[in-house]
Amino acid sequence: MAEIRFAGYGGQGIIRSGIIVGKAASIYDNKHGTMSQSFGPEARGGACSSQLVVSDSKVLYPYITVADILVAMSQAGYDKFEAELGDDGLLIFDEDLVEPKSPHGNIKTFAIPATRFAEQLGKKIVANVVILGFFTAITDVVSYEAMKKAIPDSVPEKAIDLNMKAFEHGYNFGLELLKKQKDPQK
Amino acid sequence: MKANPKHVLTGVYYIDGDVASGYGAMAAGCRFIAGYPITPSTEAFEAFCRWGPQVGAMFIQMEDELGSISAVVGAVWSGIKSMTITSGPGYSLMMETIGYGAMLETPFVLLNIQRGGPSTGVPTKTGQADMMQSRWGSHGDYELIAFAPESPQEMFDYTIRAFNLAEKYRCPVMIMSDECVGHMTEKVVIPEADKIDIEPRRFYTGPPEQYLPFKPDPDLVPKMAKAGDGFKLYITGLLHDEKGHPVSNEEYSMKYVKRLVDKIRLNKDKIIELKEENTEDADIVVVSYGISSRVAVKGVEIARQRGIKVGALRLVTVWPFPDEKIAELAKKTKAFVVPEINYGQVVFDVARCVHGQSNIVLVPHGGAGVHNPADIADAIEYAAKTDKQIEGVVEFKTRLEKLVFEGGFKLKE
Repeated sequence: MAEIRFAGYGGQGIIRSGIIVGKAASIYDNKHGTMSQSFGPEARGGACSSQLVVSDSKVLYPYITVADILVAMSQAGYDKFEAELGDDGLLIFDEDLVEPKSPHGNIKTFAIPATRFAEQLGKKIVANVVILGFFTAITDVVSYEAMKKAIPDSVPEKAIDLNMKAFEHGYNFGLELLKKQKDPQK
Repeated sequence: MKANPKHVLTGVYYIDGDVASGYGAMAAGCRFIAGYPITPSTEAFEAFCRWGPQVGAMFIQMEDELGSISAVVGAVWSGIKSMTITSGPGYSLMMETIGYGAMLETPFVLLNIQRGGPSTGVPTKTGQADMMQSRWGSHGDYELIAFAPESPQEMFDYTIRAFNLAEKYRCPVMIMSDECVGHMTEKVVIPEADKIDIEPRRFYTGPPEQYLPFKPDPDLVPKMAKAGDGFKLYITGLLHDEKGHPVSNEEYSMKYVKRLVDKIRLNKDKIIELKEENTEDADIVVVSYGISSRVAVKGVEIARQRGIKVGALRLVTVWPFPDEKIAELAKKTKAFVVPEINYGQVVFDVARCVHGQSNIVLVPHGGAGVHNPADIADAIEYAAKTDKQIEGVVEFKTRLEKLVFEGGFKLKE
């Protein structure tokens, strides 16, 4: 089972990220993925997060108890949810938007300039999909194939190509990073 | 009768409970929704609005909830299936007309996505504190049906079932969901239209001059006619005779009100839906509904790991209440544990049926969140270890309550 928190601010596609991974896991990987979005009465524009629980069996408790993975796309989101990350957790963040403290426990951190990559690809708005590609490479929550099916399902038709490019870009960056970590000489 | 393929969005979706209910209404043949959008139920309206107009369905945003439910009653009498959707204070505003619907034997569905209360409460978070209001909220004597779904898939399935039972028994049917399920996104499978059973309206087909709008069939439910189709229809919230004309005598009141309650009570066995698990040789039985029943399964698992023999009874329908089932379980069960997101509502109906034969432990929750499964497990353990008989309902103290009321609680953003 994996408990995942996506955090950022309204407009970054934080809820959408939870939906894409949840959909990939539940529809294309045949797991159980339960996504809940949390917002206060003030809702739009401000801090925003979604929580996703992915499991091989039915998800009974739909909220995060101890997060296994935090995907942070804003400093405020990181500051708010860093504490719920377990000691063996995994932190994935946009390195241009988040400046993490030194991590507690054995937390592993993975940084990516997702928003910068997205801008280079043509549209800042796909930064969340860049980070989802990176997420797919780093974690074993969802399969690459499932994500490739879930993304076109979840974005407007005219934006599919751009989103798929963004996903591949993040995914390849993640694979490269893992390779470098395994074999620092190269 | 099977669903109309044009109304069924067959496929596999990843949607939240609200949206699933909106799609369920479509599949059930709902052609009209009137409402006043309110958090956390708004996504259900949106889902219906996105697809409904393409197949001739209509949504009207009314001036308020009083207007909304009145428009729904009117729409049903024009011959179509109809629903309203609300939450929190909106639900309170609808109470008077729920009774009007029951009195006029108007089949409609009301989806209530319960939120934290009372009053404006916590609009964006969950609660289960409207349960008694759903049963007793309108004045006068009547019976109705209420479901408590626990997942987006059930929101789809039971919205259809709610429409079907409304037509079958000609009464208002409540879907008593909550914010957690409403805003929970999961896989939902919408089957082919020919796999979905639809209960058609009981239309009168005889000669118009002989039509009596409130003359019951042998199962106590009368047939309907469409307003405007040439039948004589007299519709009033006053006590009425078979023609629909006002009457006020004691004998008639007895006859009519008894039929309103009996058409549900005598058909209870066909209406009530329960999910029972391992209750045969259980010392403790957890009775729950909606999101709490889902979280309770985790509590039950923890308690079983501690070696306690515990079973679970899930109320898929909460009203009518399964009196006989609880009474039967009480004969062989040491104690009942009832988690609900309120300070005691359905638990007192459990107590009524247990009738002092077993202990009863309420696991309360003040709203804006769901139970910690460990609290439910602890309550089960407490119930298993308590040998003396305790009068009334024991209120279990949860971790959060200890934190809040016994110090150590810091306000967290």
